[in-house]
Amino acid sequence: MNGLTFDIAHLLAGSLVLVSFMMLYQDRLFALINVFALHAVVLALSVAWQAYIQDAHHLYITAAIALVFKAVVIPVGLHRIIQRLGIHRDIETAVGIGPTMLAGIGLVTLSMVLMLRVTPEADPLAREDLAFALSIILLGLLVMVTRRNAVSQVVGFMSLENGLVLAATGAKGMPLVVEISVAFSILIAFIVIGVFLFRIRERFDSVDVGALDDYRGERR
Amino acid sequence: MAAVVGRRAPATSLVYGAALAISAALLAIVAGHLADNPGVVSAVALPLGLPWTGARFRLDSLSAFFLVVVNLGGAVTSLYGLGYGRHESQPHRVLPFYPAFLAGMNLVVLADDAFSFLLSWEFMSLASWALVMAHHRDEANRRAGYIYLVMASFGTLALLLAFGLLAGPAGTYAFDAMRAAHPGLLAAGAVLALMLLGAGSKAGLVPLHAWLPLAHPAAPSHVSALMSGIMTKVAIYGFIRVVFDLLGEPAWWSGVVVLLIGGATAVLGILHALMEKDLKRLLAYSTIENIGVVFASLGLALAFKANAMPSAAALAFTAALFHVLNHSFFKSLLFFGAGAVLSATGERDMERLGGLIHRLPVTSFVFLVGCVSISALPPFNGFASEWLVFQAILQSPELPQWGLKVIVPAVGGMLALAAALAAACFVKAFGITFLGRARSTAVERAHEVDRWSLAAMAMLAVFCLLAGILPGFVIDSLSPVTLSLIGDRMPVQTAQPWLSIVPIAESRSSYNGLLVFVFITISASLAAFFIHRFASHALRRGPAWGCGFADAVPSAQYTAVSFAQPIRRVFGSFAFRARETVEMPAPGALEPARLKVDFHDVAWETFYQPITGAIDFATDRLNHLQFLTIRRYLTLVFLYLVILLLVLALWP
Amino acid sequence: MAVIFELAVQGAQMLLVLLLAPLLIGFVRKVKARLVRRQGPLLIQPYRDLIRLMRKEVVLADNASWLFRVTPYLIFAATWVAAALVPTFAAGLQFSWTADLIVIVALLGSARFFQALAGMDVGTSFGGIGASREVMIASLAEPAMLLIVFSLALVAGATQLSTVAAFMGSPEVGLRVSLGMSLIALVMVAIAENARIPVDNPATHLELTMVHEAMILEYSGRHLAMIELATFLKLVLYVSLISCVFLPWGLAHAGAGPKALALGAAAYLVKLAVLAVLLAVFETAVAKMRVFRVPDFLGAALMLALLGTLLLFVSRSL
Repeated sequence: MNGLTFDIAHLLAGSLVLVSFMMLYQDRLFALINVFALHAVVLALSVAWQAYIQDAHHLYITAAIALVFKAVVIPVGLHRIIQRLGIHRDIETAVGIGPTMLAGIGLVTLSMVLMLRVTPEADPLAREDLAFALSIILLGLLVMVTRRNAVSQVVGFMSLENGLVLAATGAKGMPLVVEISVAFSILIAFIVIGVFLFRIRERFDSVDVGALDDYRGERR
Repeated sequence: MAAVVGRRAPATSLVYGAALAISAALLAIVAGHLADNPGVVSAVALPLGLPWTGARFRLDSLSAFFLVVVNLGGAVTSLYGLGYGRHESQPHRVLPFYPAFLAGMNLVVLADDAFSFLLSWEFMSLASWALVMAHHRDEANRRAGYIYLVMASFGTLALLLAFGLLAGPAGTYAFDAMRAAHPGLLAAGAVLALMLLGAGSKAGLVPLHAWLPLAHPAAPSHVSALMSGIMTKVAIYGFIRVVFDLLGEPAWWSGVVVLLIGGATAVLGILHALMEKDLKRLLAYSTIENIGVVFASLGLALAFKANAMPSAAALAFTAALFHVLNHSFFKSLLFFGAGAVLSATGERDMERLGGLIHRLPVTSFVFLVGCVSISALPPFNGFASEWLVFQAILQSPELPQWGLKVIVPAVGGMLALAAALAAACFVKAFGITFLGRARSTAVERAHEVDRWSLAAMAMLAVFCLLAGILPGFVIDSLSPVTLSLIGDRMPVQTAQPWLSIVPIAESRSSYNGLLVFVFITISASLAAFFIHRFASHALRRGPAWGCGFADAVPSAQYTAVSFAQPIRRVFGSFAFRARETVEMPAPGALEPARLKVDFHDVAWETFYQPITGAIDFATDRLNHLQFLTIRRYLTLVFLYLVILLLVLALWP
Repeated sequence: MAVIFELAVQGAQMLLVLLLAPLLIGFVRKVKARLVRRQGPLLIQPYRDLIRLMRKEVVLADNASWLFRVTPYLIFAATWVAAALVPTFAAGLQFSWTADLIVIVALLGSARFFQALAGMDVGTSFGGIGASREVMIASLAEPAMLLIVFSLALVAGATQLSTVAAFMGSPEVGLRVSLGMSLIALVMVAIAENARIPVDNPATHLELTMVHEAMILEYSGRHLAMIELATFLKLVLYVSLISCVFLPWGLAHAGAGPKALALGAAAYLVKLAVLAVLLAVFETAVAKMRVFRVPDFLGAALMLALLGTLLLFVSRSL
C-alpha cells in the first residue's frame, strides 16, 4: 500500500472524528443537523475511497446510500420536524461544552489505546479505521447521553451508526445485503423515532425527554 | 543569646548581619567546592545522636546545589532583614528563631542518616512554626500556626515511616546502607507514597497544601520569602534524595503518579492564586503552582529513568532543578516586594492598594521584574526553565508505556495552562497593587523603603535576568548533579555559538535568551529613536476618558475580584464549585443590588473536613473516658497489656 | 561575504514584515469593504493613519506612570522580534535559531502582559475590563497554541520553525489528521489573538464588547501608532506562521541563492493575499459572539489541539 492512499483514508476517517467533535460543540438544533449532514458526507467520501482502494464495487452503493439518505433525506426530514415542532430556537443546556469535550477526548484516547493494543498484527489501515470507528461510536453515545432534546438524541444515534458503517467498510468483506439491511433498519428506526417525537410532543407539549421522567414520577 | 539581646535595638542588625555573613561564607565555601571539584563527595560522622549510627553529614553535588539555593536565599533574606527587621514590633519573637531556621535548613540538606535528617527536619519545622507565630495575637495567625503544626507533624510521621521502610528489618539508618539495600516493589511504592505525603505536605502538593497559604503569609515578609522560596525547596530536596538516590531504580508508574500530582498542583495552585485578593496569600498559592511544575518535571525524569532514557531524564531533571533555583529567586523577590508594600502602607489587601508605582518607584520596578520572571516570559529566567520542561515533554513519545503516552501530553497541556494563568495572575497582582489610582489613604502616605531592602530586591532582580539570558552556565553547573543521580548529563551548553541552549543535540531546538534580550533592547531603542527623531514631541496631560463623567472615584476601578471574574466564570464552576447569585431589588426599591459569589475549597472539604469531623466525633465519644474510677483505668491498662501479650503469642 | 549576504537577507526579512504589515491590514479592509459592496479606503490608508498619528500630540492621562509610556515601545519590540523570527520567504536565516516556536509564542505573551498592565495603569474601568478579558482569552489561547506547537514538533522532530517548515515541505509528511486538527486550532487561536471577528471586533468602540480596544483606549498620538503597528505585525506574524507551516511551497531554504529568494518572496506575497482574502470572507460571513462564548470557542481550540497531540503520541507507535 503506498503512502498516499493510506494517508487519504486516514485523513477521511480522522475528519469523521473531527466532525463528531463539532457535533459535541453545537448547541443549536439546526447547526447540529447541518453538522450531521456534513458527517454523512464525509462518511460517504470515506466509504467511496475504501471502495476505490479495496476495488470493492458494492461499497460504492453503501457510499451512495449514505450520501442520499443520511446527508440529504434525513437532515431535510429533521429540519421539517423541527420546524413543525417549533423548537428551532431551543438551546441545549444539559452539560457544558467544556466538560463534554474533555469527556470526548478521554473517549477517543480510550478507543485508540484499546484498539491499537488489541490488534497489534492487523494492517495499519484497518487498525486506525477501527480505532476511529470506535471513537465515533462512543462520541455518538456521548451526544445521546449529554443532550436532553429528543431530536439531538436521534442525531447522536445516527452518528453512532455512521461509526458502525465506517468499521464495517474498514473490515473488508462485509456483504452488501447486510449493509443495505442496516441502512434500512436505520431508516425505519428514524421513522419510528419521528413518530414517537410527535407523540411525545402531543402528550407533553415538549420534546425534552425530562418530561417523560416527570410523567413516570421520577426526576434525575 | 539572641533571646536575651533581642529586646535591644542593635540586636536586629547584629542577628541579620551575622546571618548574612555566615550564609555568604557558606555560600562561598560550597560554590568553591562545586566549582573546584564537582562530583567529589566529602562525608563526616560525628559521635552524636543514635549510639550505633552517630550523626553523619555528607556533601555531594545534590546537597551542594541545594546548599547554594538555601544560602543564597538566606544571605539575600538577611540583607533584606537588615532593613525590614527594623519595622518589627516584637523583634524578640523573630530574632532567636531566624538563625535557627536557617541552620535547620542547612542541616537537612547535609544530613546523611535518617536520624539526623528527621531531627534537622523537625528543627526546621519548629523554628519556622515559631516564626509563623511571631504575631500570635492575631486570631488568623494562631489558626495558621495550629494547622501548620498539625500538618508538619503529619509530614514528619510520614517521613519517619518512609525511612523505617527504607531501613528494612536490619534497621540501619545510615543513607549508605539504604542506598545499598533495594526494597521490594511494594515497599518502594509505599516509600514513594509516604515521601509524597511527607515531603509533599511540606512543599505544598495538592491536596496537602492547605496549611501553606495560611502559614507562609502569616510570618514576617522576609520569613515568608524564606519559607516559600527556600523551605519548599528543602522539601523537594528530601523527595529527590529519597526517590532518586536511596530508592534505587524507579518503576514507570511512579512517574505517572508524580506527573499527575504535579500537573494538578500547578493548575489548582494558580487558579487559587487568581482568586486571592491578599497579596501575600496570592504569592503563597503561586508557590504551590511552581512546586507543581517542579514535581511534574521530576515525574518526567522518573519516567525516563525507569525506561532507560538517560539523556531525556537528565533534561527533565535539569529543568526541575533549574526551576527550583529560579523559583527561589523570583519568589523571594516577590515576597520582599510584598513586604515593602506592607511596611510602606500597612496593607496586604490588594483591594485597598493601587497607584503605588508613583510612591514606590524602585520597589515597583523590581516587583515588575519578579512578575515577568514568574510569568515565564522571555528573556527572564522563569521562561528558560519552563522551556526546558516543554522540551522534555516533547521527548516523551518514545516512552513505551501507554499510560505515559496518554498522560504526558495531557500534563503538558496542564502546564501550559498553568503558565498562561500565571501570567494572568501576575498581571492582576502588579496591576491592582501598583497601577491605577490609590484605593485608600494609606497608599498616599507611602514612602519608598530603606536601602537594605532595595539592595536585596535589586540583587534578586539581577539574578532573575542573568539566569534568564545566560541559562547555559546554570545548566552546565547542574551537570554533576544529574551525572550522580541519573547517570547522564545534558550536552555542554556553554560551548554553543552565541551562548544558545540546545538541550537535545539531534533535534537542534534552540533558545538564546541573550540574543532575544539584545534584539528586544535594540528594536525598542530603534523605535524610540525614530519616534523621537521624526514624530511629534508634543505631550499634554489631561483627565482620563470616563464617558463624560469626570473624576470617577478610585473605588470605581477594577478590583482584584472583578479582574478575576472572567477567569472565575470559565474555570470556577469546575475548580471551586463557584456560584454567583445576583439579588436585584424590585424596581423602585432603594436598597442596592448585590452580587454574591460562593466558593468552595474542594480539597479542604473533601480531605480535611471528614478528618476533623471524625476527630470531633471521636473526642465526643471518648470524653467520658476522662471521668472513670481508678479501678476502671486499671482495668483498661490490664486489658491492654493482655491484648498485647495475646498478639505476641499469636504472631507467627 | 556569505555572512554579509545572510545578514542582509535577515535584515530584509525584518524590514519586509514591518513594511508589509500595514499593507496587509489595508488589503483585508479593502476586501471586506468590497464584499459588502462598499468602495472602502485606499490600500495605503493604514500607512497614512500611522503617519497622521505620529504627527499628533500625545494626550496622557493625569496619573499615567512611566510604565504607560514605555509599554508601546516594548510591545512593538517584542512583536517585531517575534514576527521577524517567523520564516516569511526564506527559512533557516542567520538568526532563526535564536528562538523556536515556543519562544515566539512567549514573546507575544510578553507583549500582551505589558499591554494588559498598561490598560490597568490609568485606573479607568475600560482598561480593567479590557485587561481582565484579554488575560481570560490568553489563558485559553496560549495553552492551545503550545499544544499546537507540540503537535508540530512531534511531527517534525523539533520546535525550531525553520526545521518544521523544511519538514512540512518535504514529501515525508503525509496527510495527518492531527495536523488538520492543529491547523483548525491554529486558525481559531490566530483569530482570537488578533482580536478579529467573531472573538473581538477591531473596528468597534462599543463598550460592552470590546477587549483589545478597551485596553488601548487611553493611548493617543505616537504611542497609539506604535501599538497599532504592533497589532498589524501580529497579524502578519500569524499569517506567515500558517503559511510557512501549512503552505510551505516556494519557501527558500538555508543558503539559497537570490533567485530562490525572489521566488520565495513572490510565493509569500501570493500566500499572504490568499489568506487575507480568506480572512476577509470569513469575517464578513460570521457574526461576533458574546464575550462569554469566547471561552467555549477557545476551549474547543484547546481541545482540538490536545486531541491532535494525543493522537500523535498514540499513533507514533504504529
